[in-house]
Amino acid sequence: MDQFTINLLFVGASFALYIGIAIWARAGSTSEFYAAGRGIHPVTNGMATAADWMSAASFISMAGLIAFTGYDNSTYLMGWTGGYVLLALLLAPYLRKFGKYTVSEFIGDRFYSPTARMVAVISLLVASLTYVIGQMTGVGVAFGRFLEVSNTAGLLIGACVVFAYAVFGGMKGVTYTQVAQYVVLIMAYTIPAVFISLQLTGNPIPGLGLFGNVESGEPLLAKLDQIVAELGFNEYTAHHGDTFNMVLFTLSLMIGTAGLPHVIMRFFTVPRVADARWSAGWALVFIALLYLTAPAVGAMARLNITEQFWPNGTGGEAVSVEQIETDPAYDWMATWQQTGLLGWEDKNGDGRIQYYNDANPAMQERAAANGWEGNELTNFNRDILVLANPEIANLPGWVIGLVAAGGLAAALSTAAGLLLAISSAVSHDLIKGQLNPNISEKGELLSARIAMAVAIAVATYLGLNPPGFAAQTVALAFGLAAASIFPALMMGIFTKVNNKGAVAGMLSGLIVTLIYIFLHKGWFFIPDTNSFTDANPLLGTVQSTSFGAVGALINFAVAFTVSKMTSPIPQEIEELVESVRVPRGAGAAQDH
Amino acid sequence: MADHTQTAQAGQKSDAGYWSANVRIILISLVIWAICSFGFGILLRPMLSGIEVGGTDIGFWFAQQGSILVFLALIFFYAWRMNKLDREYGVEEE
Repeated sequence: MDQFTINLLFVGASFALYIGIAIWARAGSTSEFYAAGRGIHPVTNGMATAADWMSAASFISMAGLIAFTGYDNSTYLMGWTGGYVLLALLLAPYLRKFGKYTVSEFIGDRFYSPTARMVAVISLLVASLTYVIGQMTGVGVAFGRFLEVSNTAGLLIGACVVFAYAVFGGMKGVTYTQVAQYVVLIMAYTIPAVFISLQLTGNPIPGLGLFGNVESGEPLLAKLDQIVAELGFNEYTAHHGDTFNMVLFTLSLMIGTAGLPHVIMRFFTVPRVADARWSAGWALVFIALLYLTAPAVGAMARLNITEQFWPNGTGGEAVSVEQIETDPAYDWMATWQQTGLLGWEDKNGDGRIQYYNDANPAMQERAAANGWEGNELTNFNRDILVLANPEIANLPGWVIGLVAAGGLAAALSTAAGLLLAISSAVSHDLIKGQLNPNISEKGELLSARIAMAVAIAVATYLGLNPPGFAAQTVALAFGLAAASIFPALMMGIFTKVNNKGAVAGMLSGLIVTLIYIFLHKGWFFIPDTNSFTDANPLLGTVQSTSFGAVGALINFAVAFTVSKMTSPIPQEIEELVESVRVPRGAGAAQDH
Repeated sequence: MADHTQTAQAGQKSDAGYWSANVRIILISLVIWAICSFGFGILLRPMLSGIEVGGTDIGFWFAQQGSILVFLALIFFYAWRMNKLDREYGVEEE
């Protein structure tokens, strides 16, 4: 059986499973559609949250970004897990106690202002939509590879599948489907990592193998540092970027994690306040399984790739074109070339492909001495690394099929969760809450589905020209959530900031962050409309992906200042804040 | 975050005590959270570069493994401690 058939089998079987579960648990009423009747156990909820959370960015993109940059991209690891501490300590139990369905409902009620609710809905839509663009980038990579078509064709097919899939059920269908998706994706991520870790270090646990020794007895990381340095690249474990930007970026990802509506919504669906506290912990357990493995995947893949291009050592002859074309160990290069995400070119016509850093002066000397005419691995899209990894390491065909299924599970589950957040914001908060309070349940469900369709069309269009790799685009979404939603929620629980303060804070955080991103990534992400680049940002070393933390600070500062100058909160809101702070009396959630 | 004491009213004494105990636990946890990630993983890494772990230094380990393990421990500690605190102040759910 060829690899294409195996991939189709694995992807087909996993899809049949998800769709089967979605039909079995089809949502009937609106309350089931949004919050699954609150009957979900913390462990189940944690697993579903993990699937929801670990998107194309975590599964497909993150290890690739770490592999080609090294230590500096540890920011993704710390940022996307550290946010759960903020979520568990500062938000989840109180929002569960409050007992409504959506984040914007809390903001609207706590700040006794329909305007605050509207601003929250808009922030939520902007952040979620940016996030979906990142997902569609990943969907394009995964579908392109496993259907063996171009990236663009893969993206269009993927968009249709995501749409059909998300329209099927609501949260309940999604919750149980996501448990299945979690199992598929975590197996797909860890099994190849265990194989590769065994091959390289003899240790079956990738996180330990990363700090273990390779066959020669040398530590894996020391060897990696040495061979990448010999090719003129930055040492893997060393710190090269700007420290201030690294701290800000990590903080933005953390705050953003705690401000993303599709994750927070999860904590509305547990039965009790105590469960909301445990749920965040269980979610992080399931997330950590992947996040502790990812840095090992990155480092080991970088080592394998470098050694494939330099089979005679970094000081010897590079791999020959003939070997790439005939040796089965290099088959992955031909398959990935079809997607347009991998490319090589024998520039100097010596029949070999030299992979090195041609911007490094020492390497330019070596190149001149050997007649090399630049790096001949002309394109290696970071987003293909995880999916190509088992092929690069020559793992069995079924592992490759499993990874294809896992990558799609990651992208689909998050896309579905986000589309649900978007559709509930439009139908529940915007239409039922503002425009037409008397809308029927049927009308509400219909408008939810139309909103999903529009969101996916926009995301697909922008996904064709993404503002960065999947994980970088997703990082922008986190910046937006960090600057708008998180400060409002936190001030709503921990302080007595009033309605005017909250609205002014959210608006200034969101707008300033959005402008900063558009200045660097192009207006509305349209290419070539940017005035600055992240290599040379407007403010010192602060890149657009790191600006969320600054936006959050602006939000807090503006909110406190405006609140001080305007009238204090009314008595009933004071009582609401007091009641949110204690678990006693948490009942079932109520609809408006 | 510090204005919880002003709103303590008669009859709510135990709620106010509960809340300030909660805020104290949160602050301690967040200090550990920051030291292990931003501290050991990034800012203090040069100071700790003498401590070797598997071909690199402990700062690299904290950035790619250790911080995540600390985050896990913190969340479970907080859930356990708060559920206990709920009972101490009699504010747990029925």
